[in-house]
Amino acid sequence: MYGSGILRGLGVTLKHFVNTYLDDIRWGFRRHIPDEAFPIRQGLDTRGVFTVEYPDEKLAMWERFRFIPFLVIENHDHPERPGHDWCTSCGICAKVCPPQCIWIVRGNDPETGRPVPEPQAFYIDIDICMNCGLCAEFCPFDAIKMDHDYELASYDRTSAHIFDKQRLSKEFRYWQSIAPTRAEEEAEARGGWEHKDVLKQKAKEAKAKEN
Amino acid sequence: MTEQVPTVETASATDSALSLLEEKFKNAVRRDDREGYDGLIVDPAKLVEVAAAVRDELGYDYLASAQAVDYLGAGDHLEMVYNLYRTTGGPGLALRAQTPRDTATLPSLVSVWPGADFQEREAWDLMGIRFEGHPNLQRILMWEGFHGHPLRKDWKEAYYEQDQKPFDSRWPDGNVWRSEEHNAYGKNVVYPEGFTLDGYEPVAEDAFYDEANLGVDIRPSDLDTDRIVVSLGPQHPSTHGVFRMIVTLNGETIERLQPVMGYLHRNHDKIGERNTFLQNMPFTDRLDYFCSLSNNFGYAVAVEKLMALGKRWEPPTYRAEVIRVLMAELTRILNHLVAIGFMLNDMGAYFTPLMYAIVERELILDFFEAVTGSRMMCNYFRFGGVAMDLPAQMHSTANLLNERVREFDTMQYLRELINERLPRAIDQTDDLLTTNEILTNRSIGVGVLTREQAIAHSAAGPVLRASGVPYDVRRADPYSIYPDLEFDVAVRDHGDIYDRYLVRVDEMRESVRILKQVLRLLGETEGQPFFSGRGGIYSPRVPAGEAYGRVENPKGELGFFVVSDGGQNPWRYHVRAPSFINLTALETMCKGHKVADVVTILGSIDIVLGELDR
Amino acid sequence: MTNDDFLRELHDPDIPVPEGMTSAIAVTSFGKLLNAIYNWGRRNSIWPMSFGLACCAIEMIATASSRFDQARFGMEVLRASPRQADLMIVSGTVTKKMVVPIVRLYNQMAEPKYVLAMGACAIGGGPFKEGYNVVSGIDKYVPVDVYVPGCPPTPQALLHGFMILQKKIDGQSLGNPNSTPWYGRGPSDPVPVPILGPDIIDPRQAHILRRQAEATQAAPDVAEAGDDAEAQV
Ligand code: SF4
Ligand code: SF4
Repeated sequence: MYGSGILRGLGVTLKHFVNTYLDDIRWGFRRHIPDEAFPIRQGLDTRGVFTVEYPDEKLAMWERFRFIPFLVIENHDHPERPGHDWCTSCGICAKVCPPQCIWIVRGNDPETGRPVPEPQAFYIDIDICMNCGLCAEFCPFDAIKMDHDYELASYDRTSAHIFDKQRLSKEFRYWQSIAPTRAEEEAEARGGWEHKDVLKQKAKEAKAKEN
Repeated sequence: MTEQVPTVETASATDSALSLLEEKFKNAVRRDDREGYDGLIVDPAKLVEVAAAVRDELGYDYLASAQAVDYLGAGDHLEMVYNLYRTTGGPGLALRAQTPRDTATLPSLVSVWPGADFQEREAWDLMGIRFEGHPNLQRILMWEGFHGHPLRKDWKEAYYEQDQKPFDSRWPDGNVWRSEEHNAYGKNVVYPEGFTLDGYEPVAEDAFYDEANLGVDIRPSDLDTDRIVVSLGPQHPSTHGVFRMIVTLNGETIERLQPVMGYLHRNHDKIGERNTFLQNMPFTDRLDYFCSLSNNFGYAVAVEKLMALGKRWEPPTYRAEVIRVLMAELTRILNHLVAIGFMLNDMGAYFTPLMYAIVERELILDFFEAVTGSRMMCNYFRFGGVAMDLPAQMHSTANLLNERVREFDTMQYLRELINERLPRAIDQTDDLLTTNEILTNRSIGVGVLTREQAIAHSAAGPVLRASGVPYDVRRADPYSIYPDLEFDVAVRDHGDIYDRYLVRVDEMRESVRILKQVLRLLGETEGQPFFSGRGGIYSPRVPAGEAYGRVENPKGELGFFVVSDGGQNPWRYHVRAPSFINLTALETMCKGHKVADVVTILGSIDIVLGELDR
Repeated sequence: MTNDDFLRELHDPDIPVPEGMTSAIAVTSFGKLLNAIYNWGRRNSIWPMSFGLACCAIEMIATASSRFDQARFGMEVLRASPRQADLMIVSGTVTKKMVVPIVRLYNQMAEPKYVLAMGACAIGGGPFKEGYNVVSGIDKYVPVDVYVPGCPPTPQALLHGFMILQKKIDGQSLGNPNSTPWYGRGPSDPVPVPILGPDIIDPRQAHILRRQAEATQAAPDVAEAGDDAEAQV
């Protein structure tokens, strides 16, 4: 019958419309207000999908979320190595990066000229980075991680879009705060919360003492 | 719907083909005995006849993919490879024809398989192989007048740095620069020597219109109509991106239709040859950007085929395969929902069905984001498994920026998604649309592609299956754990828009059926390894050889043609994109219909530009 | 106080506002009031052109749909025609073939017009920068107002970009011809449309082309040697 399709279509829309109110009643109007109800709003319990009121309520990103990478450094209040880079400038991220947007200058000891395990400079061109996360995946020192900060819009790209080491570095506790579970898993695999090199050093010292 | 049983062959497909062809063509056909290669090398002079015999007598009626390879320094010839299959299923046959690099001429196979049309044009455009007898040998991805054939190994682009990644300039003395700084123009351009604009006449646009009778051409006809040429796109709300069609209209009726593409040609092939094998994985995400995970699947299957030739190769673990299928099927549902939404958009149901589709899409994307790290560009598969296991909890934490926390149990989320939300969404789509008279009036009998035409034009996916060919790579050439899973191949017979729509709906239901089995398997394999190799290897060894790996993507057969010379990087990397090849049949489908139907027909093919132009 | 005096006072920014009154007096001059009203109106009714290029366009659609709902910013009216649009969201990889229509579309947009480069590709070529058919940044051809990095930027990142754009509009002043050039005399100059030659040609660079050609003519040997050296690499 002509017209039945339109009526049925309107029916579907109407159902959606009514359902939102029914759901509201079902949740006692609570799902709008308290912050704890946010997972309910954004999960599968709603029958449709709720709008994220972006600037007022921002979706916290999943632990695995990846945007631009950042470099992990020791906390600034670390007793022995405050602000020390975790990166040892081994160059694996620069080699694995698909669009080749990482540039690393390996650090050299100014006196001996021998390489030291710390980068002198580290650049990422965020105009090229494809947020693939391979650098973080293959870093053997857990020193480069994917950031959750996506609010990077700017008016100018010539000066601001090549991130240097200073712009990239973030404290280790920041990583712990955005991805606690993963940080813990990594620490377990490493054998402690410290940097891999430090752990090795400590193991060596302990062994020397034993002997 | 029919259940399709793959034919099991005892002798190798190449062997049996060779014995028959040798008898007939004597020396024109020989076996390809390079290490890691399979298939037959055919004398170009006899290519058309051999191809016809292969099609008619051996039953290889389906030209899945045709691509050219430049063997510079390894024989110094160009090679055209045709991957042929039977629509009844079973293993494939690779035909090859070689030609010297300087003359580079081969006979065209369009007369045997019309589906070779665009693929040969691509080979001409990018490799510079001239196909004799091709009806319209123009550039397809680049524009007419472009200098050089970019996929040749000795062709260098403006921002060329080094043949292979990783580039030396990145480490240990990374001297950061933007490529623009090294170019005299500050842009990604390079001109032939001594080129100036004085007196230069660009030919790019004229090339289309010369042939299409530009302008109003009033001819007496019994119905008093004008013949005009309309350029539809590339910026047009219903071309699904930057796609363009040049249509010759007689009144409102389509007389000719010429798809123009390449507006999103991002040089996947050229970049892919420079990347290492692993580095290509995130690039495949960007092919069909609705289905990044199934693109990953295709690429992983192709490279794993090659790696299996090597000694120390462990196939992906069972859990890895289960996760892969989970991802691929979720992607299929997501894609079909959105495809139906877009198709309805084109019919005039502006945005409402699409909005409903996007609701479910967001929920699936949330899952993808929690598991892989990104909504769209998942980059999740690795050779031998997947990058990470499913997390026990989909978990987020508040920080300075983002304070609204969500926390779900992954399995619980999946169970609810698969058992409740998705079936409900599919039912709703079905309920809303299937009997809707606007949809039925606009789609039944429109854009018909018969069974024979569909096979000849190498159509794939829902387009092929809606024409009555029960051909689904998951059944015809099984990969992963699909043989263990129970599902039917959705088939319809009329080959019109409506049947393509119905096939999509059926397929979504089958996907839900698969997903329910996968859920069980996920529970059973909990805790098992998700990766077969050793972790941390960023440059896996891939033995020399050639592989064509294919999977059933939501849009059709997605194939990756990979040639390795044993090094870190693929020697040749080619994508058989279903969107691209399905368009070969567009003109056939559109002829005789009204101009408003073109948009709907295009919508029913379900193209995505990232894959179409690569 | 005569009316004239009052007006003069209203326009004089030097008259200090008494301490503690600043919150009560929001408007210190008529011009500023006009700016504020004008900018408020414009920033809340930006109509983007529905113009999707690549992967990023899908995130743009996701932003426009119900979950992220850019209608909350007054931007729900996606227009297909450039004549009705204020904002061009360049969402995705700009190829050389596509930059010709993009420049044309840009020229067709009525002023005031804004350009938002969404995603790494539109900003600077992104992962495909090295490709032979890719334009390394749309800002090489048309002026860009806001850059939103990411590949692809999530819908929230795009919304943030919109807010940055709104902030930019807020800062514009009617009295300043640099910030509102469309109130100058006559139409503004269109961006010259690139030409599809042997490679994409920006007509603005014709003089560099000529100079390069002359240089190769003057020293053909050097050029050839350079070529050979390149071929050997
Ligand atoms: S995320 Fe990917 S593209 Fe970006 S720096 Fe890391 S490896 Fe390179
Ligand atoms: S920035 Fe990334 S997501 Fe956006 S168009 Fe480019 S490749 Fe696609």
